Amino acid sequence: MLRFMSWRFLRAQVTMLFVLVVAFLTVRLSGEPFDTMFPEGLTQETAQALRHRWNLDLPIWEQFTLYLGKMLTGDFGRSLFTHEPVWQMYAERMPATLAVGSLALIIAISLGIPIGALSALRRGAVTERMLMGVAFLGYAVPHFVFGIGLILLFGYYLRLLPASGLSSPQHYILPVLTLAIPMVAGIARFMRAAMLDTIGQPYVMTAASKGLGNGRIARRHVLRNAMVPLVTVLGLEIAGLINGSVFVEAVFSLPGVGRVLVSSVENRDFTVLQFGVVAYAGLVVLINLVIDLLYTLIDPRVRVGG
Amino acid sequence: MTMTLETATIPKPSRLMLAALALGLIILAGFLAPLISPHDPDAVDLLNRAAPPVGLGGSWGHALGTDQIGRDILSRCLWGIRTSFGIATLGLVFSAVLGVTLGIISGLAGAWTDRIIMTVVDVFISLPNLLLMLCGIALLGTETWVLVVLIGFVKWEGYARLVRGQVLAIREQGYIEAARVLGARNLTIALRHVLPNLASPLAVILTLSFPGVLLMEAGLSFLGVGVQPPVASLGRMIDDGRNYLVNAWWISGMPSIVIVAITLLFQIIGDAIRDRVDEWLDA
Repeated sequence: MLRFMSWRFLRAQVTMLFVLVVAFLTVRLSGEPFDTMFPEGLTQETAQALRHRWNLDLPIWEQFTLYLGKMLTGDFGRSLFTHEPVWQMYAERMPATLAVGSLALIIAISLGIPIGALSALRRGAVTERMLMGVAFLGYAVPHFVFGIGLILLFGYYLRLLPASGLSSPQHYILPVLTLAIPMVAGIARFMRAAMLDTIGQPYVMTAASKGLGNGRIARRHVLRNAMVPLVTVLGLEIAGLINGSVFVEAVFSLPGVGRVLVSSVENRDFTVLQFGVVAYAGLVVLINLVIDLLYTLIDPRVRVGG
Repeated sequence: MTMTLETATIPKPSRLMLAALALGLIILAGFLAPLISPHDPDAVDLLNRAAPPVGLGGSWGHALGTDQIGRDILSRCLWGIRTSFGIATLGLVFSAVLGVTLGIISGLAGAWTDRIIMTVVDVFISLPNLLLMLCGIALLGTETWVLVVLIGFVKWEGYARLVRGQVLAIREQGYIEAARVLGARNLTIALRHVLPNLASPLAVILTLSFPGVLLMEAGLSFLGVGVQPPVASLGRMIDDGRNYLVNAWWISGMPSIVIVAITLLFQIIGDAIRDRVDEWLDA
């Protein structure tokens, strides 16, 4: 287990180093920021002075180590446009993204697992076909199309729910659903396949031949074993969730971090983009590590074998 | 393996055939857009803004209605399909070439090259594609070729993994040994003996990853950082219509329906292919 985890740690570090290099290069390759900051142009001396002040006249290796040091000590720079500290721009919008994302995750897990499990246990029933049909649809429709559909139905046609912003609890319903339903579909589909796989295993037949009741077999032998591969899928689903939140925030005009990221691309505001990329990637890498750790806790084979 | 029973109502071949036929028609319509679209997709008609589609009070002149500045939505959808499929196809071909090349190198070359390439593959797998795409777009701009290159750049790792695995398996086969004994070099072996054996698994991955790539382009265009106007793009059309949802839902709605139809068809085909592959692996 120790070897397994230390290998994973190493991989996470390599990934983060790669991300830091990409983020650094994106900013450096974009040229000097003066063109965007001072559209009216600069004199030769001022440009030289600015270059010196921001260490742009140093060799690229020294610039990279300086940048690494700053990133590690929490100095992420300021926006090229608004001169706000980058950290603050993201921190202000973090609560909205976190709230919507975690609500969606909770809903997805608490609905997806039972839906998938039930439809595997009741194969061929009409309810199963309907559930998997919905799951199929939820899996194929992208977030932004789904969100617009919900806005049309609940916001304008039925006039039940507000369609943009986050000013009241009702405002959360549509964005959270938009984010959660494709995940419910993904988890249900996978859970169903994993359950069916497990049902075919010899130990389930053994349990049945011992005379155990169906309910007990389902709970103790099928469900528990089917949950193991699900943990891996959860990691992928969470990465998808982070991806989807960028779109959901755009559709519902939410004050979240995804908006900052996208507008930094539009404005070519590279310091803001740099931090966004490093932070998003860091989050994904961290989640993958946690999933790996969970995996070793759940599956004794990984713990022992490594 | 898992979808066999629930899809049993329609015999499987016909389900796959129907989906493939429908998808083929959509692709053909997009390909022929310059010939068959009823209007110029960029022709503005300010007197005929947000005209409803046929069945909601519209006329056959604009079968799917017009958008907020009077452009014909049907024509724009057809051109949008053309754009989306063009970018996705070129991007996937690029990623396949990149992935196959690196996969073959990884499989045939020594331990160190292999290890380095596989580490890079691991890194790419664990990062969200959207992040890398956004970085690339910020740096290189939003020209169409940039999207193609970036799709290739973020999607290659799947091919590299597959090809490497196949190469490692094929390498042990007798005919490779024979070729080596006859004096063939690595490159000849790769091109003459390894690559032809990879054709069918590659075709499968290409089909399975197509809708994802299509949605990536549509999504970026929806966010405003993908295909730029005046080029018609389904994602961009959806974004354009967002402010008019109350009075003219069809501006966003029609391209949305097109996108959903395309991804659903791909999904059906993909599931059928997966079943076949599973059966084939079981046999």
